[in-house]
Amino acid sequence: MATDPLHKTTAESTAGAGRPAGTVPHQKSGTPIVHFDQVEKRYGDHLVLDKLDFEVKRGEHVTLIGPSGSGKTTILRLLMTLERLSGGVIWVDGEPLSHTRKPDGSLRAATEKELRESRRKIGMVFQQFNLFPNMNVLRNITEAPITVLGVERAEAESRARELLELVGLGDKVNAHPTQLSGGQQQRVAIARALAMRPEILLLDEVTSALDPELVAGVLDLLRQIAHDTDITMLCVTHEMNFARDVSDQVLMFDSGRIVEQGTPEKIFTDPEHKRTREFLNAVL
Amino acid sequence: MSGAKFDWSAAGEVLPMLLRGFEITLLATVLGFLVGAVLGLLIAIARRAPTRFVTAPVRGLMEFIRSTPLLVQLVGAATVFSSVDPLVIGIIVLGIHYATYTSEVYRAGIDGVPKGQWEASRALSLSPVRTWRAVVLPQAVRNVLPALGNYAISMFKETPFLAVITVQEMVFEARKYGADHFAYTEAFTLAGLIFLVASYPTSLLMRKLEKRLGH
Amino acid sequence: MNTFFTAFFDNLPQVLSGLGVTAEATVLGAVIAFALSFVLGLMAGHRNIVVRGVSRTVVEFFRGTSLYVQLFWLYYALPLLTGYQLSALFCGVVAFALNFGAYGSEVVRGGINAVPRAQWEAAVALNLSPYQRMRRVILPQALAQMIPPFTNLLIQLLKATPLLWLISAADLMTVIQQLRDRTGESLIAYVTLLVCYFIIAYILTLLMNLLERSAKARLGQYTGTRGLFRTRSAAGAETVPVVPTGGAS
Repeated sequence: MATDPLHKTTAESTAGAGRPAGTVPHQKSGTPIVHFDQVEKRYGDHLVLDKLDFEVKRGEHVTLIGPSGSGKTTILRLLMTLERLSGGVIWVDGEPLSHTRKPDGSLRAATEKELRESRRKIGMVFQQFNLFPNMNVLRNITEAPITVLGVERAEAESRARELLELVGLGDKVNAHPTQLSGGQQQRVAIARALAMRPEILLLDEVTSALDPELVAGVLDLLRQIAHDTDITMLCVTHEMNFARDVSDQVLMFDSGRIVEQGTPEKIFTDPEHKRTREFLNAVL
Repeated sequence: MSGAKFDWSAAGEVLPMLLRGFEITLLATVLGFLVGAVLGLLIAIARRAPTRFVTAPVRGLMEFIRSTPLLVQLVGAATVFSSVDPLVIGIIVLGIHYATYTSEVYRAGIDGVPKGQWEASRALSLSPVRTWRAVVLPQAVRNVLPALGNYAISMFKETPFLAVITVQEMVFEARKYGADHFAYTEAFTLAGLIFLVASYPTSLLMRKLEKRLGH
Repeated sequence: MNTFFTAFFDNLPQVLSGLGVTAEATVLGAVIAFALSFVLGLMAGHRNIVVRGVSRTVVEFFRGTSLYVQLFWLYYALPLLTGYQLSALFCGVVAFALNFGAYGSEVVRGGINAVPRAQWEAAVALNLSPYQRMRRVILPQALAQMIPPFTNLLIQLLKATPLLWLISAADLMTVIQQLRDRTGESLIAYVTLLVCYFIIAYILTLLMNLLERSAKARLGQYTGTRGLFRTRSAAGAETVPVVPTGGAS
């Protein structure tokens, strides 16, 4: 247990362990860690997100579902500050994510330096893995902890090895990304994101680019992470069984709006909205 | 005239001479580029010949010409063929040198025509000549125009080399005036600016063309 | 033996010293041009419009005014303005560096732009600073793509070095022409001179191919030995081939 790289402390790890699927442990209540407040995103005339409001509580696992082009991925990209907001504010832990408070209390767009401060809590795993081809597997994982967090190389490497063990790639430490299968690359990408000890992990269709036989392995790994850690997860996926298993809350999107939200039981067994029923009929 | 001053009266005096030389510069560019464009096309077609006895020597010669300095080729040709008009030598050598570049442009352009177009031509039993003229070349031209234009600009800026073999183009005039009046500053500054004024808008035009043709 | 070759071998020390001048101008010019390429190329991608504007102006100026004129300006006109005469070799190196640095900046810009957008995003997601993103993630990948166009520029630079003869630096061309004047063997002299440049160009190409191969191997792209001996694709300085944008990883 002590060498388990996912756990920050033993105390924290036992709190969430062994809870029945679908129930919400008490630590997830309280102030929201993520709060979208009238968030708008447009590309030119095209409105992608329309005055969006929702909250994610600390430790919660939220799945975003809906037809492609409905704005799900944009939400993750906004949270990762890969895109700029067109309107509204995203609050993370009570602080504006891509804004800075002026002395008079009003908000202005954050500078790059301030954005870097905001990003510290957030990590992301991409559909296309996006491993760095100029680094081997180990350096892909240690680079950011060393250069951004200032972790000692030896410490960063030993943690990277632990994380690689966790994702089942303990023997690929010195491999080059191009020598790995898609599934293996995605496991490394997950380890790379975890190495930064994010409080919020964004998963953007992480199995969509994988060959079908590799999907289950990656999903099992994510289930394990969801179960064993207190990391808040926002997940865009087309894997409905996975969504049902890990989510505390499911958000159904259509044309930049949330049409329905609720527990997975509610959404998957008794959806209220017609669009949700149509969507689920099409994908299940 | 030891002064660190730009002498405007000297500039006014040299400008008409430079512009007269510029006519020769333009003439050499246009004719040289015509030679280069036509010869390049012939080389590109020769390099698609079915036998290595044609393609290998053509390739080797091209490699040699484009890896060696234009200036040496010019001076060498002018010395060996000393009875020929230097301007003619200049145009031919520029043309041959740039043909090695343009032939690659054509080659890329021809390779850029989808294979299906050749197959369709065969399916319609077009003759080889007809296939080239009616199907392949018109499409290839669209791929090659911007690149050819850029080489024309490149050649334009290398025409001062002709001054070395006594062609009286712009830089020749600049050197002459500079030496006679000890006014190199004015002569070369103006010559440089004329090059800039002529080449910059042209290269902007090429970039626009490149975008228009969808790259 | 032919009188030219007799003279050639009798005066081998001079020939070698001429070769030395040519090599010095090529290497020094290329090294400074390479550094300048990165300065101007990175400035071209800067967020600040003034920085971008300065880069653009410098690049267009040195691309647009003809190397030949720049060299003559440095050698003949500048001393009249400043009262200070620079050595011919120094003028050559400066002119080559500025001119090819301007062209090289486009190579750097193209190489950086060719790194997939997703790599920037992954670096942002790991909270690397803009400098760290460039230094640790983007440049190492861009460099491999820049080598072939840089090879073209290097050969172009080598081909420009005979200009030194015109400002009386004793380069290879100057020395061989002296031998020609002494022997009167024009054809053989100039063919020999061309062959010398061809050999140097081939050696440089080979070295750059080696460099490219090791850079690509570091990115996990393995190339066979055949590629080593291939020659450059033709390209003048004006049309540095645009590196195709790679797909997502």
